[in-house]
Amino acid sequence: MTPREVYLDNSATTKMDPRVLEAMLPYWSENYGNPNSLHRRGREARSAVDAARASVAALINADPTDIIFTGAGSEADNLAVKGAAWALKAKGKGNHIITSAIEHHAILDSVKWLGRMGFEYTVLPVDSKGMVCPSDLEAAIRPDTVLVTIMFANNEVGTIEPIKALGEVCRKHGVLFHTDAVQAAGHINIDVKDLPVDMLTMAAHKMYGPKGIGALYVRKGVKLIPTLHGGGQEFGLRSGTENVAEIVGFGKAAEIAKARLEAGEDKKLAALRDYFIDGVLSSVPESHLTGATGEDRLPFHTSFTVKYIEGEGMLLLLDAAGIAASSGSACTSGSLEPSYVLLALGLDHATAHGSLRMTMSHDTTKEDIDYVLEKLPQIVEKLRAMSPFYNKK
Amino acid sequence: MYNQKVVDYFMNPRNAGKIEDANAIGEVGNPTCGDVMKIYLKVDPKTEVIDDIKFETFGCAAAIATSSMITEMAKEKTLPEALKISNQDVADALGGLPAIKLHCSLLAKEGIQAAAADFYMKRDGVLPEGLTFPENCTSNVGGSEEEPFVSEDNRSAE
Repeated sequence: MTPREVYLDNSATTKMDPRVLEAMLPYWSENYGNPNSLHRRGREARSAVDAARASVAALINADPTDIIFTGAGSEADNLAVKGAAWALKAKGKGNHIITSAIEHHAILDSVKWLGRMGFEYTVLPVDSKGMVCPSDLEAAIRPDTVLVTIMFANNEVGTIEPIKALGEVCRKHGVLFHTDAVQAAGHINIDVKDLPVDMLTMAAHKMYGPKGIGALYVRKGVKLIPTLHGGGQEFGLRSGTENVAEIVGFGKAAEIAKARLEAGEDKKLAALRDYFIDGVLSSVPESHLTGATGEDRLPFHTSFTVKYIEGEGMLLLLDAAGIAASSGSACTSGSLEPSYVLLALGLDHATAHGSLRMTMSHDTTKEDIDYVLEKLPQIVEKLRAMSPFYNKK
Repeated sequence: MYNQKVVDYFMNPRNAGKIEDANAIGEVGNPTCGDVMKIYLKVDPKTEVIDDIKFETFGCAAAIATSSMITEMAKEKTLPEALKISNQDVADALGGLPAIKLHCSLLAKEGIQAAAADFYMKRDGVLPEGLTFPENCTSNVGGSEEEPFVSEDNRSAE
């Protein structure tokens, strides 16, 4: 009997849907045309890219011409932040950017880099659930603020930010608003016709699509300076011959994600998530949920802190039991500091070292969760028995 | 990232736990750094032979594996012999550690040092020449505020 394998690291990446792979395959072989060519092969590739663009647009209710394909979610973040900052500075609109303390490195490092290039920036704090407060944003906006970038949902704690309220603050002050929706897109309903969002980042591999393809939604009228110059593909914003197969894969993944959202599968997953959270909190003493709950939390996302022990040990013992998870502990980050996201939520270092994230997919079953709920308390007990901080009974 | 031996010494820890009637205890590290190691010793007051040794460690797999290994290496040695075990000896005995985890082996060595110092202080009221209590935190926390122009740390990404 093969041991059970439970993959609970879907915030890192998802398993590609077989339907996505099937859609992609011809574009690596028989349909090899360059979409920029006039001939039949070229037109065939162009139609495939156009159809995929329409599917990705439909996922967030955008117009197809507002979607720019990029080589990764990180690239889309870089294009949004640097492209908008430079474009607005060039117009003399100002020099100040606002972001939050819990952004992905693609945002934080881009903003800090712009700081070295002469921009000023403000990093907003978050509350204990990881929520950015719209009134904090309003207070931080200055006459020279050109861009606000705040993530749609956080990867480490699953909290969904009050994007509508934050966007309304930006609109009121005439400031451009970008959101990194890499964790949220395809998993919760997003409608850019309803949200005051000017730019939004997505990545295919977080929604059962291929790695190496991202997209930036850019609302009509928003001017960006491209970060990649060349043949002028992607409406001049991302030069380089289109990665046709990957774009097709993204299109298919977006189509499947949209159908799932319409069928309410996100609600089903959220119910399993709550069963999982309750199970962990009741079977592991002194464990705590990090991040928000209910509607304010990504439907596939669970994250905890487990007192007295360190995350890496949990990950290795879980892995030995066939369970893939992740942690924001220092030992797993490659540095000696625990996750800056958990510290921003107000956790102390020792508690942050004991963090554990388990993120589900649509393939995760109740049996999988029950298996984890059987193994995890034993693993925690084993590590606690070795911990100098734990009072053994 | 870890070799099989490190994984074994983590998964099947040697000498984990506490000694209720220990006559020397050393605690090193700091929870902020992510590693705390507590070494319990039962030392023969006359011969200075370590009759029993146990550890309790809060930390990553490497910290637990190095604790396992150093307690195994130090057991039944005299304190002066045990103090000669270097962090490199521990890392070598484990077949090597990833560079980022080498500080864990230093912590293990310092755990023995702290416990030995505790023993001598209790027995003699003074430390023998050349022995000191280790610093509280061996890990290099924080660092300079000025960040490198290009990220150099190999943090996990998603």
